[in-house]
Amino acid sequence: MRLALLALLARGPAHGYELKLELEKLLGAAYPQPNVGQIYVTLGRLEKSGLIEGEEIAQSSRPNKKTYRLTDAGREAVAAWFEETSDEPRVRDEFFMKLALAADSGLADRLTLINKQRRQYLNSMRELSRLSATEDRDNRIAQLLIEGAMLHLQADLDWLERCQEELE
Amino acid sequence: MSDPGPTTTPDDPKAPGNGPAARNGPADGAAVPLLRAEGLVKTHHGEGAPARAVRGVDLTVRAGEFVAVTGPSGAGKSTLLHLLGGLQRPDEGALWLDGARVDGYSEARWAVLRRRRVGIVFQFFNLVSNLTVADNVELPALLAGATPRQARSERASLLAELGLEGRERSMPAELSGGEQQRVALARALVNHPDLLLADEPAGSLDSKGTREVMRLLQRFHQRGQTIVLVTHDARLASVADRVVSFFDGRVADDAELGAATSPARPGRPGGVGGLVDLGD
Repeated sequence: MRLALLALLARGPAHGYELKLELEKLLGAAYPQPNVGQIYVTLGRLEKSGLIEGEEIAQSSRPNKKTYRLTDAGREAVAAWFEETSDEPRVRDEFFMKLALAADSGLADRLTLINKQRRQYLNSMRELSRLSATEDRDNRIAQLLIEGAMLHLQADLDWLERCQEELE
Repeated sequence: MSDPGPTTTPDDPKAPGNGPAARNGPADGAAVPLLRAEGLVKTHHGEGAPARAVRGVDLTVRAGEFVAVTGPSGAGKSTLLHLLGGLQRPDEGALWLDGARVDGYSEARWAVLRRRRVGIVFQFFNLVSNLTVADNVELPALLAGATPRQARSERASLLAELGLEGRERSMPAELSGGEQQRVALARALVNHPDLLLADEPAGSLDSKGTREVMRLLQRFHQRGQTIVLVTHDARLASVADRVVSFFDGRVADDAELGAATSPARPGRPGGVGGLVDLGD
C-alpha cells in the first residue's frame, strides 16, 4: 500500500479519502477495498519518514482535512519502485505440502485432495467470471487485474491436471 | 421449474394432469432427463495400439442445465461429445435423448435429430465457406421445414442478438474468428434445439473472443438453453453450473459450481480479491 499511495500522489496532492476513492476506481471490485483507517496510518508513517508532507486545510463546517504532497525523497522512492522488477508469484506451497505428504500419512488420499482443490479453484474462477461481467467493461485496468487472476488460476488448474496424470 | 416440451407453450392449459403429454413425461419438473448416457465405451482403432478414448461413462443432463466437461487434451472429452451428438457411435453403452433411446439410430435419423433437436458448435466453426453468413444460418432452418420467411426472420433476430447485424452478406472468410463462431452459434440455435453441444468453441479464439463466447453461452443458458460444453479452458468451464472432470476416458469428478462446497473456508477479505492481493 505504501508505494501505491506514493505513486498516486505523484500525480498531485490529495487527502486520504480521495486516495481511497481513486484506488477503488482504478482497481475495481476485484481488489480488496482499501480500509480508510489503514490509509491514514500509512500516510502518517510516510510523513514521518519524510516521503510526503501534509498540510492542514481549514474547513468551515467540518473538521480540518490534511492534504499530502510528495517530497523529493518520495518522488525518488516511487521512481526506484518503478525501476525494479517485481518477484513472480510463488506456487501454492500449502496444497503442495499436503499432496506431498498425503500418501504416507495414511490420513488422506491424493486424488481426493486434487478433486477438492479443483472444485475450489473452479468456484473461484466462477467468482472471477462473475466479477468480470459486473465490472465496468471500459475499466481496462480492473478487467486486466481480473484476467490476470484468471490466468493464474488456469495455470493452477493445469498443474492439478499434471499432478493427477502423474499420481493416478 | 417445469420444463414445457418443445410443442407446448408455458401457459398450455392441458400441460399438467393426464392430458396427451405422455411422450415428454410428467410436466412437474421431475421429468425424464434430457440426456442420459450409460456405460459409453469408444475405442479408436488407428495405426498402432487401439486408443480407449471413452471407457465406461455414465452422464445425466437435466433440461436447463449447463454442464462443462473439462480435462487435458487427449482425455477423450471430444470423443464423448461426438458420441452424445451421434457424430460417432459407441462400441458399448446406451444413450437416451428426452427418454428415447437413440444410440441405435441410423445416420439418417441422427441427421434429423441434429437438425431439429441437437445443435452443435465446433472449434473450427465448420461454416459452409461458399455461402453467405445469412445463408449459413438459414439453411438448417429451411432443411428443418421452416418457410423462407420464417427462416429469414429467425436468422435476422439471432444475428442481431449476436451483434452481427450488417454482416449478413459477408462470406465466412471475411469474418474474424470470433465473428465466425458467433455465426456458427446462430446456425446451431436457429431451430431452437433442446440441447446445444459445444466442442472447444473458444479453442481457436483469442482472449477477447473467448470472453465473447463465455458471455453468449451464459446468456442463452439463462434463457433456459441446455448446454453441454467440452473445453480445456477453465475460464469457459466456470460459467457452467456443473463441471465434469474427465481423465483418461473416465469421469474423475462431477461438481456443481456455486454450491457451498467448502463451508469451512473462511471468507477472504474482498472476496475473490484475495487472489489479487497487491501486498502491503
